[in-house]
Amino acid sequence: MVTVYIPQDSAALAVGADAVVAALALVTKARGLDVTIVRNGSRGMLWLETMVEVATPAGRVAYGPVEASDVVGLIDAGMLEGKPHALCHGLTDAMPYLAKQQRLTFARMGITDPLSLDDYAAHGGWAGLKRAITLDSAAIVADVLDSGLRGRGGAAFPAGIKWRTVAAAQASQKYVVCNADEGDSGTFSDRMTMEGDPYMLIEGMTIAGIATGATKGYIYIRSEYPHAIATMNAAIAKAGTAGFLGANVLGSGKSFDLEVRKAAGSYVCGEETAMLESIEGKRGIVRAKPPLPAIEGLFGKPTVINNVITFASTPIILAKGAAFYKDYGMGRSRGTLPFQLAGNIKQGGLVELAFGVTLRELVNGYGGGTRSGRPIKAVQAGGPLGAYVPESQWDTPIDYEAYAALGLVVGHGGIVVHDDTANMASLARYAMEFCAIESCGKCTPCRIGSTRGVEVIDRITASQGDAKQVDLLKDLCDTMVNGSLCAMGGMTPYPVLSALKYYPQDFGIAK
Amino acid sequence: MTDIQTLIRAHANIPGGLMPLLHAVQEVHGYIPADTVPAIAKGMNLSRAEVHGVITYYSHFHEHALGKQVVQVCVAESCKACGGDELMKHAEKMLGCASKSTSANGAYSLEPVYCLGLCAQSPAIQIDDTVHARMNAVKFDALMGLNVKKAA
Repeated sequence: MVTVYIPQDSAALAVGADAVVAALALVTKARGLDVTIVRNGSRGMLWLETMVEVATPAGRVAYGPVEASDVVGLIDAGMLEGKPHALCHGLTDAMPYLAKQQRLTFARMGITDPLSLDDYAAHGGWAGLKRAITLDSAAIVADVLDSGLRGRGGAAFPAGIKWRTVAAAQASQKYVVCNADEGDSGTFSDRMTMEGDPYMLIEGMTIAGIATGATKGYIYIRSEYPHAIATMNAAIAKAGTAGFLGANVLGSGKSFDLEVRKAAGSYVCGEETAMLESIEGKRGIVRAKPPLPAIEGLFGKPTVINNVITFASTPIILAKGAAFYKDYGMGRSRGTLPFQLAGNIKQGGLVELAFGVTLRELVNGYGGGTRSGRPIKAVQAGGPLGAYVPESQWDTPIDYEAYAALGLVVGHGGIVVHDDTANMASLARYAMEFCAIESCGKCTPCRIGSTRGVEVIDRITASQGDAKQVDLLKDLCDTMVNGSLCAMGGMTPYPVLSALKYYPQDFGIAK
Repeated sequence: MTDIQTLIRAHANIPGGLMPLLHAVQEVHGYIPADTVPAIAKGMNLSRAEVHGVITYYSHFHEHALGKQVVQVCVAESCKACGGDELMKHAEKMLGCASKSTSANGAYSLEPVYCLGLCAQSPAIQIDDTVHARMNAVKFDALMGLNVKKAA
């Protein structure tokens, strides 16, 4: 019997993975070949999706990108014995894109069947939780603190400090909330985690619950991710039945339950307080801070809020110790970040590496340049609220502090590449337009400033760079940065001002 | 069809149950009919204004019926870098309706979407519940032709 792996990640489904499965099942049945098809997560080499892997005595051999119409030819060429073919990439684990990565959080990704509890346990799953239930709250928090783990959603706040604050709070009820409202264009690591390794998120949130005394957790998932919602719901049900969730987690006497909440298409609900409002059943309007959610969060109770990747990073920290995790990275940016290479890029996908890697290594080394084959014009790092990084800064090691010093954003690790056909004035205008569409409306700089921003950019481009209008735009951006209640209005100026600074000719301004 | 009162009873005791309830109502009707709002408000112990406020805040809740097929085209940065805007223009032409509207014959609703999480394979679209990546005008036409046949 031969085992063949075909991903069920959205990235594979979106390019016909189900049709490949159907074709393979049909052909192997007709020929009387004994094949078991496992629907795994994605390895993250997304330009090769649908990537089919065949188990051989030497290891898994990869073929991709496979279309349903390729299946007969592949089988004729001996794919089921791992034989060569134009689409064959040899042993998956030896492929440089994968072999050079430092996969801690994504160690199991694409290797296991996402919903198989046996697979999860066989690949190191639950080791962190099993250790956590033997520790007291302070010891778990100390591990997370000592690991140096910072919020991977973008704000980079030390996770251990949040956990310590919630653990110390006295309340009748506390909550753990996972922000899975991954709205940044160019990011998909949360989606891949939920679709490809959902028990890891469950384990991380359960550890947070035990560490802080919270007995109820919510995962707030964007409605644009139907497969992630379905997979998480199925995983929560299976984990509950198996005793990893519920009234008596792994026989520890501690209780923890999880519930998925489906968002409804609002980008600003990725802001933590807007998300809390949304979970409470209200309009997703940003709250003023203080009070901090760790003191008064969901339903007014102390709440740990972290992003998917933050929670997903804690099982390995608990399992292997804070020092193991802290050993990766540089400066005050410890551990790894799953970077996401997106946009006009030849080899787009997920690249998990320690902090300290450069944008040039990521974009040119891993990414292989643009998909169009044209020169790269601009790289936006850190999502729609991140700056466009000029080539002069591509060699800066990626580190939260180093990036902040240059006015750049690491954010959620999304990297979007544009080739030389991009019009940066039009992208700057879009940044303001997006802010106008998605602003919650609570604070004036964001609500009004974004609309005025679109108008001023239009006047700049129409007037071929009227200096007065340029000053006005800079002044407006200054107001938004300093006067907005949250990052929506406060960071929209980052892409706008960086586009203006480094690509003035696109605005009609003589360089 | 599931009775609105049944749905309300199922959600009335869930903390913050309004959003899940609205999703459930939309699941049944395809949108949130105006005549369900008073019952939802009463059942959830909210004012009609509060319920209306929530429905209208979120772009994925709809107050009116959509077309038979809902086509979402991603126009966020990553897809823009790979022709997402041009694909949206193409979709507008081929489906006979502007972005954020429904075609006159009720066959299609065309919506912009801000990221489907398929950014390494831009541009991406979603047709009803199915996602498609590495899209272009030719593939789009083929896909829609196929789906039109299926729907008929």
